[in-house]
Amino acid sequence: MSRGVRSALLRWGVLVVAVAGWQVVARAHGSVYFPPPADIAGHAYDLWFSGPVGHAFLTAEAVDNILPSLGRMATGFAIAAVAGIALGIAVGRSRRTYALCNPVLQFARAIPPPALVPVFVVVFDFGTPMQLASIVFSAVWPVLINTADGARNTDPLRLEVAAVLRLTAPERLWLLLLPSALPRIFAGLRLSLSLCLILMVFSELLPGTANGIGFTLTDAQSRSDLLTVWAALVLLGALGHLLNTGLLAVEKRLLGRGRPV
Amino acid sequence: MLRLDSLGQRYGEHRVLHDISLTVPDGQLLCVVGPSGCGKSTLLRTIAGLLPAHEGTVSIDGDPVVGVPDRLAVVFQDYGRSLFPWLSVRENVALPLRRRGMARAERRNEAERILERVGLGGVGRRHPWQLSGGMQQRVAIARALVCRPSLLLMDEPFGSLDAQTREDLEDLLLDVHRAEGTTIVFVTHDIDESVYVGDRVVVLSAGPGSRVVLDLPVGLPGEREQIGTRGLAEFVALRAEVGRTVRG
Ligand SMILES: Nc1ncnc2c1ncn2[C@@H]1O[C@H](COP(=O)(O)OP(=O)(O)O)[C@@H](O)[C@H]1O
Ligand SMILES: [Mg+2]
Repeated sequence: MSRGVRSALLRWGVLVVAVAGWQVVARAHGSVYFPPPADIAGHAYDLWFSGPVGHAFLTAEAVDNILPSLGRMATGFAIAAVAGIALGIAVGRSRRTYALCNPVLQFARAIPPPALVPVFVVVFDFGTPMQLASIVFSAVWPVLINTADGARNTDPLRLEVAAVLRLTAPERLWLLLLPSALPRIFAGLRLSLSLCLILMVFSELLPGTANGIGFTLTDAQSRSDLLTVWAALVLLGALGHLLNTGLLAVEKRLLGRGRPV
Repeated sequence: MLRLDSLGQRYGEHRVLHDISLTVPDGQLLCVVGPSGCGKSTLLRTIAGLLPAHEGTVSIDGDPVVGVPDRLAVVFQDYGRSLFPWLSVRENVALPLRRRGMARAERRNEAERILERVGLGGVGRRHPWQLSGGMQQRVAIARALVCRPSLLLMDEPFGSLDAQTREDLEDLLLDVHRAEGTTIVFVTHDIDESVYVGDRVVVLSAGPGSRVVLDLPVGLPGEREQIGTRGLAEFVALRAEVGRTVRG
C-alpha cells in the first residue's frame, strides 16, 4: 500500500471514528440539545436534498435559503478578489506606493471583520447591499495585502529583463507581475474565502434578513428546532470544506505550470 | 558603433567605474575582463540603459543612450532567474518579438527556428525549470538572438557551466557572430575564454573606481577551434599578457 493511500485511509478513518463516537455518545445521552449525527444527516436530507431530479435533488427550502447564501458569498468573494488583486497590484507595483499605503492596509486588516457590520447596517440599512458590503470589506484585505506583497517582491532581475524586452505596461502586468504574485494571491484568496463564509452567515443572522443559511439558523433557533440548527452547522462546515478544496484545485492547476512541484 | 565617453558610475558613495572611454566598431566582439566586483555588470547595465550614467556618456551610432535602446539584447549573468518560469521555453524565446508586430504563429515559428539553431529543437513546449543549466542558458541565448539584435550584451554567460557545455556555447556564439555580424560586448572573468572568443580584450582594474588598464586586439590566425587555437603560440602569449594585467 502506498504512503498516500495509507494516510488517506487513516484520515477518513479518524473522521469515521469521530462521527461514530459522536453517534454512540449522543444516542446514549438522548439529549434534545445534542442530537446524534445520523438524525442530523437524515434531517438535512429531508430538509434540503430530497427534492425532484429536475432541481438537482434540491428542495424548495434549499433553493430559497442555500442558493441565496451561496449567491451572496460568491458575489462578495468575486468583488473582493477582483478589487483586491487590482488594488494590490497597483499598490505593490512601486516601492513608494507600497511604503505609503502599508500602514493604512495593516490598520484596515487589524479590524475584526464582524465589527464592520454595524457600520454597513447604518449606511445601507438591513438587506443584501449591507450583507455584500460586509463580506467585501472584510474579505478584500487579505487579497489586497498579499497581492501587493507578492507584486512588490517580483524578482528585480526579471524587471530588468522586462525593461530590456521593452514590454508594454499591460504585458509587464500580465506576463510578469501577476504570475510572480500568483502564489501570494492564492494565499490571500484562501484567507478571504473563509472570511466570506463567516461574514455571509454573520450578516444573515441580523434582523431584516428573509432567507439564507444564517436566517435558517436564527429562524430554527426561535422555534427551538435544534435539529435544523445542527443541520445548518454541518452544512456550513461541509460548504467551507468544499469551497476550500475547489480553490486549492484551481491553485494547483494554475501554479503547477509555473514551477517545479 | 558603440561609444563610451569618460563614463563614470557609482552607487551612492561607492565609486565603481571611473573615466571609461571605449569605441566599439560595428561587428566587433569585445571581451571585458576584470576581477569580480570591479563593475563589469554595472558597465553592461549602463550600456543597456538600465542605469543612467553618473558621469560621461554612452552613445550608439551617435545617439546618447537614455532608456533601453532599440535592437539591444542582454544575456544576464543569472540566466535561470532571467527566464520566466511560468512561460514555456518557446514563449520565453518569443518574448522579444512582441515589439516586432508579428502575428502569433509567426512568433512561434521564429522562436522554434532559433531554438533549433542553439541545439534545442523539440523542447519548445517544456518549461525552463525542466531543463538543465546548460539548456536554460541556451534558452536565454536564443531569447537574445531571436530579434536579431544589432548590439548584444552578455554578462558572464558561461560562468556556471561545465567545460564541455561551455566550449560548445563559445563556438555557437562565434558561429552566430560570424553569420550575423552582431556587435557583442562579452563580459567574463575567464582570461582564456576572453582571448578565445574576443576580437579585442579590455581589462578593467580592481575597484573602487575601475578603469581600463589594457586594451588588446586579438589577432589570431585562422578560424578559432577549441583545441588548435588554444595551443597557438599567439594565443598563449595573449593569454599571458591579459593574465598579468588582471593580476596587477
Ligand atoms: N545595486 C547596487 N547597489 C550598491 N552597490 C552595488 C549594486 N550593484 C553592485 N554594487 C557594487 O558595485 C560593485 C560592482 O558590482 P558589479 O558591477 O556587479 O561587479 P562585477 O560584475 O564586475 O562582479 C561591487 O562592489 C558591488 O558590491
Ligand atoms: Mg557581474
